[in-house]
Amino acid sequence: MKLIIDSNSQNEAFARTVVAAYITRLDPTLEELADVKTAVSEAVTNSILHGYNNGEGEIEIICEIKGQDIMVEITDHGVGIPDIEKAMEPLYTTKPEWERSGMGFAFMEAFMDELEVYSEVGKGTRVKLSKHIGDRT
Amino acid sequence: MIILNQKEQEAIHYEIQQNCLIIYISQDLDHHTVNLLREQSDRLIDAGDIRHIIFDFRENDFMDSSGIGLIMGRYKRVMFRGGKAAVTNVGKEIERIFNLSGLFQIIERYGTPEQAVAGLNAKREK
Ligand SMILES: Nc1ncnc2c1ncn2[C@@H]1O[C@H](COP(=O)(O)OP(=O)(O)O)[C@@H](O)[C@H]1O
Ligand SMILES: [Mg+2]
Repeated sequence: MKLIIDSNSQNEAFARTVVAAYITRLDPTLEELADVKTAVSEAVTNSILHGYNNGEGEIEIICEIKGQDIMVEITDHGVGIPDIEKAMEPLYTTKPEWERSGMGFAFMEAFMDELEVYSEVGKGTRVKLSKHIGDRT
Repeated sequence: MIILNQKEQEAIHYEIQQNCLIIYISQDLDHHTVNLLREQSDRLIDAGDIRHIIFDFRENDFMDSSGIGLIMGRYKRVMFRGGKAAVTNVGKEIERIFNLSGLFQIIERYGTPEQAVAGLNAKREK
């Protein structure tokens, strides 16, 4: 599944709803669905307000299912992250004046099994989220 | 006044009980909703004789880290006038977000808005 959305806060709900609908075929629990929705919401929000600084741009969302595993990749072509390690520290935010809590990456990590972040200053950011759905048996 | 579209207007209700502003959140509390809520609630806090702020989640089951920022921001605003913040009708999904963010350490939790109004004011008298 591939979805390209405009960088606009109204599309945050749309993006996480589409991903949630896409993964329902794996019969996730309500908790798993909430986990994925929250993580997607965090990544898309970051692209909109950090990547594109609330300006114009496009965000690409790719979602893949392999067996009981889902992978969601969220990419922007915004400003990029100079220090990824620092950015991922809980409570770290470059936008305290916008009342950001700095918990976005922490939530993505907590709610998904795996989180990978690739970024280049001036080029953009890609966040890769993976999660196993259902029992591991 | 901030002009909200029909759907957005229906999704957020405000109520003032005694010295408390109650915000009923009935749409997903994400960055988009937070932007709508912030200005309106601050205007109400500043205009009225508001000491405490209560967020009610009875009709809500989605919140991300933008919601944490909103609650913290409003808490700081009332804190300066000796006020507190509380959340009510917190369901399982919202509870997980609060637990993860440590919000319950500074924000009180009650069953209903009415209980929060009573509780916030009772503690103040001590
Ligand atoms: N897509 C992105 N593009 C540019 N910078 C980003 C992006 N995502 C995250 N960041 C940076 O990482 C920091 C931490 O992100 P996060 O944990 O979500 O906290 P918050 O969004 O509350 O600031 C942000 O403040 C920002 O500096
Ligand atoms: Mg964020």
